[in-house]
Order: sequence, then structure tokens, then C-alpha cells
Amino acid sequence: MSLRLTALDALHRSLGATMTDFAGWDMPLRYGSEREEHLAVRTRAGLFDLSHMGEITVSGPQAGELLDHALVGFISALGVLRARYTMICREDGGILDDLIVYRTAEDEYLVVANASNAQVVLDALTERAAGFDAVVRDDRDAYALLAVQGPEANGILAKLTDADLPGLKYYALLPATVAGREVWLARTGYTGEDGFEVFCAPADAAHLWTALTEAGTAEGLVPCGLSCRDTLRLEAGMPLYGHELSTELTPFDAGLGRVVRFDKTTNDGAFVGRKALEEAAAQAELNPPRKLVGLVSEGKRVPRAEYAVVDAEGAAIGRITSGSPSPTLGKPIAIAYLDAAHAEPGSTVAVDVRGKAEPVQVVALPFYKRAR
Amino acid sequence: MSNPTHLQYTKEHEWLTAAVDGVSTVGITAHAADALGDIVYVQLPEVGDTVTAGETCGELESTKSVSDLYSPATGEVTEVNQAVIDEPALVNSAPFEGGWLFKVRVEATDELLDADGYTAFTGA
Repeated sequence: MSLRLTALDALHRSLGATMTDFAGWDMPLRYGSEREEHLAVRTRAGLFDLSHMGEITVSGPQAGELLDHALVGFISALGVLRARYTMICREDGGILDDLIVYRTAEDEYLVVANASNAQVVLDALTERAAGFDAVVRDDRDAYALLAVQGPEANGILAKLTDADLPGLKYYALLPATVAGREVWLARTGYTGEDGFEVFCAPADAAHLWTALTEAGTAEGLVPCGLSCRDTLRLEAGMPLYGHELSTELTPFDAGLGRVVRFDKTTNDGAFVGRKALEEAAAQAELNPPRKLVGLVSEGKRVPRAEYAVVDAEGAAIGRITSGSPSPTLGKPIAIAYLDAAHAEPGSTVAVDVRGKAEPVQVVALPFYKRAR
Repeated sequence: MSNPTHLQYTKEHEWLTAAVDGVSTVGITAHAADALGDIVYVQLPEVGDTVTAGETCGELESTKSVSDLYSPATGEVTEVNQAVIDEPALVNSAPFEGGWLFKVRVEATDELLDADGYTAFTGA
């Protein structure tokens, strides 16, 4: 099967991007040095093409009730023009995907799924919509998605829109005109920085990319690929589906039990996975089997996903889910699931890096938090 | 970056200088460095080690991956580039110059390509 191309494909190629297959999409991995792109987002601004993300519109009088039933969050309680991080789980509590849900109107929501799970989420929502007065619409082809992230993002965008940016809170959105094009402008992102995500018509994507690039030149905005997006989110301690999250884990296993809202009142409190998640919550409270922690290495070799974490005797006590050199810290960092007995911040454990035990220190997540 | 014509190349993307007093310098090509991305760690053979043409003799670690380093020649290692151990990004910024990796007293080599042959091989 050939790779899907975003509306910005020709632009990426003209910029000399190194492209990569990501969940069936041909996406920019980096344009030059991924380290420089990473540092640009931390100190200035970066521009991302995220058009591979999967948009699903849920609308109708019972759209909120449907989402309360289908997802673990209390979605109908979300204010109009606000967004929420949530998850969709199976009956057994396993995580199908993590999502951001934007409430775009009283009776309409925009659900954004990971590219790799968009079809799974679409199918699950469609199936779970039975009996609700609501419509689930595949809008993957209706939107391109750009993200402007970094401390200069606000100033750059302000040059292109009259929208009330100071009034746009974190995890909120607005219908706005940016560079003359109608978009949904959301103050969300996946980098640990202030920033915006711009949902637009694919036909407008290249115009917006060019306008943002020109508006950001003076501030040092650079195009950024998926490689630095991954190191940025890793420093910010944000989970990535397929790494920290999977169908084998519940939100409680991932240390994200707070997204599960047992207090929701719609549908008499029933939702898909409730029973299994109540058991997982009780287990996590009494006897957490393992914890998601950060690891920092003083060495140069990088603990990578799937490497074993070992104790002083070499016995396996955990597993790395994501690892990378941290451009901000200047050291290798990793996220790992670690047996609770070894998970205390400050502990020293080791990672089996291709046969050699490299000492690492356990730290609390995130590795990086921006000054506000 | 074009491939310098005074070097010889392997299909594993190493380059090798013509021997001076029997000793050749080894590095990886710009093509390989670019494909790896930002290199963050370089593990090289030690001075006095014997390396074998076509076999692994170290590793190059980038943000996203770990790659084996293959020796383009058989022989004794006479020098390693401490500068790239201290600053692995040199391999990205100057792959054919300051980013060289080690020197070897060449006893034998695998089949090597000239610059045109390597350029054709990489499709660049």
C-alpha cells in the first residue's frame, strides 16, 4: 500500500525534509538537525505538520452522552470551546488510544486520535454510538493540522489573526481567521511549551504554513519534524501510544488513572470498561505492581525502548518504554515501567544497554517543565 | 555533500584514505551521517586492537538509532579520534575531515568503491 501524503508534502520536499513512514503516512522526520529543531521549540518556535492525526466529529443531541459512554472521561461536562485529554478503553480496561476531545459546539465534538489508531477509534465510536441520537463522522480528510509551538508562538500567531489569543486558555479553542483562512485554533500541543494547533482545510494548509513561516522568521521559527516532537514530548513526560500506552495496560497502570471519571452521572454512570477499571483502580491504590518513572543517565549510551531495567544483581525489574538523548538536559533520558519497590525517585538502578549495565537514576516525571 | 574523489568507499558507508606509510584513515560518509541524524555517541576500537574488514568494530548512536560500525580494512588500529569521542556531532558536521574515526595499519581490505561507484551505489 502506498503511503498517504499530507497537503504539505510538496513543501516538505522543497525544504529538503528527511521523510519517514509513520502509521501509513509519509511524514517529515526532520528538516536538518533534530537537535536544533528541538532547541528551537524550547527557546523560540517550531512549526509542525500533524496532518496524520485522525479527526472524528461526533454531533447530535446525545453526542455528549455517547462520548461519556464510549470514553473514560466526563466529556459532556466539558464547556463549549474547551478541550480535554482522555482515553478510549476496551471492556477489559485496556487502552485503545489516548485522545484529545474538543467541544466545538453545544452538540458537537472534535475527537483527535493518534494516526496509528484512528481507524480503531472510528470503528469503536461508530459501534458504541448504537442507541444514541448522535452521528460519528470520519473527518480525517476534512482537516490538515499545523502546530506552532514554543515561547514565541503567541507573538507569531498574533501577527496573522485578530483572535483573542490572550483570552485563549490552555486546552481551549476558538473558531478564528488566520492569514485570511477559517480555522479552529486550539491552545494545545505535545511539546511541553506554550503553543497552538491549527485545524484547517487541506486546501488552506500550504498557505497557512507559508504565512506562519514568514510571520515567524524574525522570531527564529523553524520547521520541525516528528523526531524532535518525540524528544520534546519525552522531556515533558507525555505518554506515546505504543510506548507508554497499549491495550495491555489500563490508565491506572500508566499512572494516568486521573483521566478515568467514575463520578460521571450520564448513562447512570455506566461506560465501556467501567468494571475492569474499578478493579484496576483498587489494585493501583492497594498494591501498585509497577510505576511509570523517569530515568536519567550520566553516561553517553542511550537507554532505548524495550531495553531491560535491572537491579544490582542483574535481575529484570522493569522495561524502558521510550528513551533518547535529551537536548535540554544534555543527558540520555528514558521513561520506564519499574517495579514499585525500585521506583522511588533518587534510587539508582541500571539499564541493560546491549549487554552492558549502564547506571541510571530514577527521577519523577516530567524531566522538563517550562517556566510559566 | 559530494564524495571526495581521493577516498575509497565501502557499501557499508565507510571511507578509507590511501595508505601513508601503510596507515589509512577511516570515517563514515556524509550520506551515512545524514541518514543517521544527530550522532550522540561513538564507540570506537582501541589502539592496538586488530580489526577485520567487513566486521563490526564499534557503534554509532544517533537520536533515533544505533548502528554498527564496520571496518573497511583488516589490520591494527594505530590511532582513534578522541575529538569525535568527546564531540560526536563532528561526524555530522565534518564527516570527511575532523569527523574521522580511526587509523588502521592496512593488511587487507574488502572490495572498495571509488567515489563515482559509491555515488552511484547510494543513488545520490
